[in-house]
Amino acid sequence: MTSPQPRIGVVTFPGSQDDRDALWALAALDAEAVPVWHADDELPDLDAIVLPGGFSYGDYLRCGAIARFSPAMAAVAGFAADGGLVLGICNGFQILCEAGLLPGVLRPNQSLAFICRDVRVRVERSDTPFTARCEPGQELVIPVKHGEGSWFYPEQALPELEASGAVVLRYAEPCNGSVADVAGVVNAAGNVMGLMPHPEHAVDPLLGSADGALLLASLVDAARDRALAVV
Amino acid sequence: MKATVVVRPKQGILDPQGEAVQGSLRHLGFAVDAARIGRVVDLDVEAADAADVRAQVERMCEQLLANPLIESYEIDLQENGA
Repeated sequence: MTSPQPRIGVVTFPGSQDDRDALWALAALDAEAVPVWHADDELPDLDAIVLPGGFSYGDYLRCGAIARFSPAMAAVAGFAADGGLVLGICNGFQILCEAGLLPGVLRPNQSLAFICRDVRVRVERSDTPFTARCEPGQELVIPVKHGEGSWFYPEQALPELEASGAVVLRYAEPCNGSVADVAGVVNAAGNVMGLMPHPEHAVDPLLGSADGALLLASLVDAARDRALAVV
Repeated sequence: MKATVVVRPKQGILDPQGEAVQGSLRHLGFAVDAARIGRVVDLDVEAADAADVRAQVERMCEQLLANPLIESYEIDLQENGA
C-alpha cells in the first residue's frame, strides 16, 4: 500500500509572512500543503494545521490578540478540540497562547531588540507528534526572528506546568529572556504545539540547517498516521 | 459615554521598556526609581447607563484589551461632554 500524502493546512492571516515558506517546506517533506484563508469559517478536510509566522493584523494590541478572533481560528479551535494536530510557529505560537490553546504568553524580548539569528534549542520530549523524529536532549539549530518571543508563565504555577511535560523545546543558549528558557510548549492533550524558532526556514542544508525538517517531518508522519487511521 | 481603560503590566512582571525609560530619565538627571509602561485605550461606548458601560468595558478587557496573565486594568467612565 502506498503511503498517502497527508493534507496539512497553512492559515494565512493579513500580515502573515511565512505562510509560503511553510507550504513549501511541508510539500518538500511529502505532505499535500493546503492554503487556508483567515476569513474562512470552515476548514477543508485536513490532517493537521500550521499557523505560520508573521505579524497578523499588524500585531496591534498584543501579538496574536486580534488574529485569535478570526473566523479561521474558531475553526482551528474546534479542530484542536477534536484532537486535530495544530502547530503554531512564531506568530502562530503567539496566536495559540492568546487563544488559550497553549499555556503562557509571548512578551517583548528582554533586550527589547528584534532577534534574527540561528539558535540552538534542546529537545526536552520526543514523545510528541511534533518531535518524534528527534532524540530527547538532542540539540537543533533553527533560526529565530522575533521581537516578542519572551515566553512568560507565572512563577508560582511553573513547576506544575513543567511537571506536566508541557515544555518541549528549550533554548540551549541565551535568547530572549523566556521564563525557564522555554522555546516551545505543547498542550496537555499533546496535539497542539507552539514554538518561536522557525523550522520551515531550516529544512535544507542550503538554508544553513536542516534541523527544522526533523520537527516538520514528525508532524507530517503524525498527520499521515491520522490520514491512514481515517481511511 | 466615554470610557478610558488603563492597562498596566502586573506588579512583579518584568517591564524592559519601563526599565529602559527609567535609565534614560536617570541619565537626564531625574531621580526616578522606577518606571512602568502601560497602555491607554479611550472608548466611546453606546449604552443605556454607566453601569451598562462599565459591564461592557469589563468584558472588553477580559476578552481582548488585557491579557490577565501579565496585565491588570482600570476603567474610568466620563459622562459625555465632561
